[in-house]
Amino acid sequence: MSNSKKTDKEEVRLMKGNEAIAHAAIRCGCDGYFGYPITPQSEIMETLMEQEPWNTTGMVVLQAESETSSINMVYGAACCGKKSMTSSSSPGVSLMQEGISYIACAELPCVIVNVMRGGPGLGTIQPSQADYYQSVKGGGHGDYKLITLAPASVQEMADHTVLAFELAFKYCTPALILADGVIGQMMEKVILPPFQPRLTEDEIRKNTPWATLGKPANRKPNIITSLSLEAEEMEAINLRLQAKYREIEKNEVMFEEFSCEDAEYLVVAFGTSARVCQKAVEMARSEGIKAGLLRPITLFPFPTIALSNYADKVKGMLTVEMNAGQMVDDVRLAVNGRVPVEFYGRMGGIVPAPDEVLEALKTKIVKNN
Amino acid sequence: MTTTEIINPENLVYIKPKVLNDNPMHYCPGCSHGVVHKLIAEVIEEMDYQEKTIAIAPVGCAVFAYKYLDIDWQQAAHGRAPALATATKRLLPDRLVFTYQGDGDLAAIGTAETIHACNRGENIAIIFINNGIYGMTGGQMAPTTLVGMKSSTSPNGRTVPLNGNPLDITKLLAQLDGTCYVTRQSVHNVANVRKAKKAIRKAFENSMLGKGTSIVEVVSTCNSGWKLSPADSNTWMVENMFPAYPLGDLKDL
Amino acid sequence: MAKIKGAIVVNIERCKGCNLCVVACPSKVLSLNNEANSKGYNYSYMEDPDSCVGCSACAYVCPDACITVYKVRV
Repeated sequence: MSNSKKTDKEEVRLMKGNEAIAHAAIRCGCDGYFGYPITPQSEIMETLMEQEPWNTTGMVVLQAESETSSINMVYGAACCGKKSMTSSSSPGVSLMQEGISYIACAELPCVIVNVMRGGPGLGTIQPSQADYYQSVKGGGHGDYKLITLAPASVQEMADHTVLAFELAFKYCTPALILADGVIGQMMEKVILPPFQPRLTEDEIRKNTPWATLGKPANRKPNIITSLSLEAEEMEAINLRLQAKYREIEKNEVMFEEFSCEDAEYLVVAFGTSARVCQKAVEMARSEGIKAGLLRPITLFPFPTIALSNYADKVKGMLTVEMNAGQMVDDVRLAVNGRVPVEFYGRMGGIVPAPDEVLEALKTKIVKNN
Repeated sequence: MTTTEIINPENLVYIKPKVLNDNPMHYCPGCSHGVVHKLIAEVIEEMDYQEKTIAIAPVGCAVFAYKYLDIDWQQAAHGRAPALATATKRLLPDRLVFTYQGDGDLAAIGTAETIHACNRGENIAIIFINNGIYGMTGGQMAPTTLVGMKSSTSPNGRTVPLNGNPLDITKLLAQLDGTCYVTRQSVHNVANVRKAKKAIRKAFENSMLGKGTSIVEVVSTCNSGWKLSPADSNTWMVENMFPAYPLGDLKDL
Repeated sequence: MAKIKGAIVVNIERCKGCNLCVVACPSKVLSLNNEANSKGYNYSYMEDPDSCVGCSACAYVCPDACITVYKVRV
């Protein structure tokens, strides 16, 4: 692959989802990537190392000794107000949870990519969505949330990289791109974002005045910490975090609807599952079953209100996931018992086929109505 | 001449450095941390680096180091300070970046981060306080606790079959190609305080010259953890810690 | 021959009475006060000010940086 020339224009390319993340990161002015190899996402760091952005944009790319270290490098970079990111897959992201909790509490912006594989344990290298709970419920210790984006295409891998940085900096909180092995590995056409210059130090001092860049004579030291031995102080920090999460829930929900206008049955799925479900919905429609698909694009904030509204319109919902049933809990909370919500899923690295989903829709939802 | 007459600004020969602020330090009476903080403050002041320094605080007694030195600070998770320092220095290469870590932080939970930052030759300085005990959590056994030394998790003294050997991590770090200056100091008397200050200055200067990683181990006392008076702790350190952790330069390129 | 005279000022509220300065002083100038500061520490003071030569040994070893030293040739 030839080195992309620095251009302020969008560029159409054919590439893997993992590669799209790397290119988008360079183009959106990312300052630092710190990572550790793990299948199925190693192409992210491989692409960055091949592109050598330190020669073009000045972006730092470093292979760390572990995921523990890479997330803490991100922590250090984020303390300096820099746009920093890491990527990994499920077992590696588990190892990062300590650092993510610190970053969330210290209210720092950063981007984390999880290209999920089947677990638990070392699991498989095949795609999975079994880290949903870990991603949207906090993951590490303490009460915190991550802005969680769920791309379903190579294009969204690129777009969400840019968006994740925007949201992370808007709210000073870590943003997670929750993809899976299919989205990471498959090749599709992608329009890469235009190049944005990296933030200058003056911009960092202005936009993120808390950044640790060295203490000028005219300000107090900037101290970034997640420690507070006073319980009252720690509760105040928690209340501030929770208020921020409510604000994110108010402003940033994203989802996509497919054939939902007259739907009697709603399928809910994200990422790769949503691609499968879109086909299943088309098949259902061809058999006269009025099915629609709601695809959450943000998993936190979750499209709770949209789903709640559908509870008044549809006869039942089917949540389809590549796990034992995790997001289905959030769908049920949104619906609050008003319509039946059933689940269909495969585990351990298996991607469900559209006809399996159609069969599940018929037997679990349509038949019972 | 009376004492009142001597106490006059023009006769001043020693005063607390300004970089060390007026906040009273939380350390126990006689704790070595205070002396090392003071030396770091003096060096930063003498190098005129207050505006260009970013320090990384550990977990342990020195977690609150950021309350006392008026510079920008990042407070790391336990053992992870070298990872934060790595990214900070690589993104801001003209800044002075150092970590301040205890033996548990640097030589137990953070061993991987320490060794790999040193092996990569990150242009940072590591100030390593080795008092052979976990002070903050109440005197448990540390990786550097001596054989026979009592702690709350080795109440009858450390034994090799049960607890393994004390870890001389500084000796190990000196063998790595990425380190340029590895030294072991102490702050228990005037001569050693002066030497330790010179070592800290050299470590900071090395990092700004891009020579690689510098490690200044300060063999220290923890009189609360050791259950001795501050003066007796110094004596105990000289008699017991120094034979296991001898002072001097292990590497100086 | 010029004689060197010294004096120290202890920041009483910062002093924790650790006694390290007392031990470090080669001229045996210092002692811990019978009185305590507001935190209950018996702070260091010049018991024998006439013997102080302003060598700063006390200040060097003081972990709390609470000693300021003055020195003059008389």
